[in-house]
Amino acid sequence: MPSSEKSLPKDMDRRDFLNVAAVGLTGIGVCGAAVPFIAQMNPSKDVAEQEKTEVDISSVQPGQTVKVVWRGQPVFIRNLTEQEITEANAVAMSDLRDPETLEQRTKAGKNNWLVTMALCTHLGCIPQGGNAGEPKGEYGGYICSCHGSAFDTAGRIRRGPAPTNLTVPPYRFISPSVISIG
Amino acid sequence: MNLSPPPYRPKNSFTRWLDDRLPVIRLLHDVIGGGYLVPRNLNWLWNFGVLAGIALTIQIVTGLALAMHYVASSSEAFNSIEGIMRYVGFGWLIRYGHMAGASLFFAALYIHMFRGVYYGSYKAPREMIWLIGVLLFMLAMATAFLGYTLVWGQMSYWAAQVITGLFSVVPFVGEKIRIWILGGFSPNAATVNRFFVLHFTLPFVILAVVGLHVWALHRKGSGNPTGIEVQKPEEVVPMHPYYVVKDAVAVCVFLLIFCSLVFFYPNAFSDPDNYIPANPFSTPAHIKPEWYFWPFYAVLRSFTVNFMGIPAKVWGVLGMGLSVIVWGLLPWLDNSPVRSGRYRPLFRCFFLFFLADMLLLGFCGKQPAEEPWIRLGQWASLYYFAFFLVILPILPLFEKTKAVPFSIDEAENKRTDA
Repeated sequence: MPSSEKSLPKDMDRRDFLNVAAVGLTGIGVCGAAVPFIAQMNPSKDVAEQEKTEVDISSVQPGQTVKVVWRGQPVFIRNLTEQEITEANAVAMSDLRDPETLEQRTKAGKNNWLVTMALCTHLGCIPQGGNAGEPKGEYGGYICSCHGSAFDTAGRIRRGPAPTNLTVPPYRFISPSVISIG
Repeated sequence: MNLSPPPYRPKNSFTRWLDDRLPVIRLLHDVIGGGYLVPRNLNWLWNFGVLAGIALTIQIVTGLALAMHYVASSSEAFNSIEGIMRYVGFGWLIRYGHMAGASLFFAALYIHMFRGVYYGSYKAPREMIWLIGVLLFMLAMATAFLGYTLVWGQMSYWAAQVITGLFSVVPFVGEKIRIWILGGFSPNAATVNRFFVLHFTLPFVILAVVGLHVWALHRKGSGNPTGIEVQKPEEVVPMHPYYVVKDAVAVCVFLLIFCSLVFFYPNAFSDPDNYIPANPFSTPAHIKPEWYFWPFYAVLRSFTVNFMGIPAKVWGVLGMGLSVIVWGLLPWLDNSPVRSGRYRPLFRCFFLFFLADMLLLGFCGKQPAEEPWIRLGQWASLYYFAFFLVILPILPLFEKTKAVPFSIDEAENKRTDA
């Protein structure tokens, strides 16, 4: 009897070992082969690498919101009025589900420019309040009519099922009147 | 009771020759012919399984025809469907048939499921039939959702956005899964293409699972309104011709309703917003799913505050998921030794209230996300879960059931005498 067989468990002969090894390796092979079939469903390169969006904001008046497109998704750029800024700063942090100050959500010295994704953080509808004449909800910011989430003037969640504030996308001011999103 | 069904006997030399080589006629005989013995006391509620099968057939046939003209691309999808409606010969008929067929498929499924609950069809030894049935229901829901998005109207687009958004609640990788399903950051060209492929494939998966459903059914035999197992050969009749003919009558009524919908009320169940092409930059003011999803949609919207450290959004998605999955737990939630609701007076009250509750939930799901519908939906959701998770498990502890007859014969004779 070859000595290697002695190291196998008692009830397992060489044939069993070969079976387990063959089936096990086949399983690993199948998993490996599945990788490309799962990966092909990810966004293709042309979708994934959509470039930055530059927006000229010089014509956006206080109290006005514009909707722009970044990576195929809508973004709100809102020029807050003095009153809206005061309202946002007056809210106690303890009243917020996702505590953040307006300062944290905007760029330094540019507190009036609120740039957020125009997608409700609940299930991705576009909230109302961006276009003139649309309801802004009881907190004066945005209201999502799909499932009833209301946002305040800093785009923070105040009521309804959305878990977090409207997402602030990565952006920077490349000049006082132009921002680059992405 | 071991009943011996009449065996298949080939009538001529050809069928004898075929039977020896490929016994397909024997299979049909054993499954839906004279070889399958069925309790003789089934009522009309036992027709809806076959009706769901007929609706599935309508969907596959009309769907194949539509697929010959549909263009799965985000820029062409909407127009290709308008083309089917206007230019393709009988395209309007086939598409309206596919729309009415979807609604009737779910209508048949719901009646079939409520039948199962009332008569305790899910109880031992028929748990596997029930489980496979719940799986079929889920597959039908997925297929219906995928098909709805293919129209690429406003409701289609935002349904795709919202339903894939449900996956974003998965911890850590949720957003990645959502993007993986969509093939982009929001519903896009890749999404239409893959949803079309899946919508085309799933019905054949459903067909295969229906095979398992029927197989499991034949292992234990059909139930019946008394919930008493068959004990004597006099209590059964062969499927063919007795129930085949009865099913044929039901199919006629079903087709009558189907044709009324197709020809007179083709858009009765559709949303006008879905005749507006998809616009990723404007959400319709009031989005709602097709009627057969309203109750579950109401459950989703019922969770509006964070509690137990879990965000409202996660509760909503978990709640909606559980509201479907809980059907599959029925065989283990309801421990009453009496199978049929006929002999359970207390259960019957709670069941009727549950039916009304489902309708109320559906009504709330249809309404905009405003008061009083949210609050009403919350109470309705509460009863929905209470019925499954509290009432059914504890009911057998104090329910005084009526005397259950010893046999189907005795039960049915009593009914006709009275």
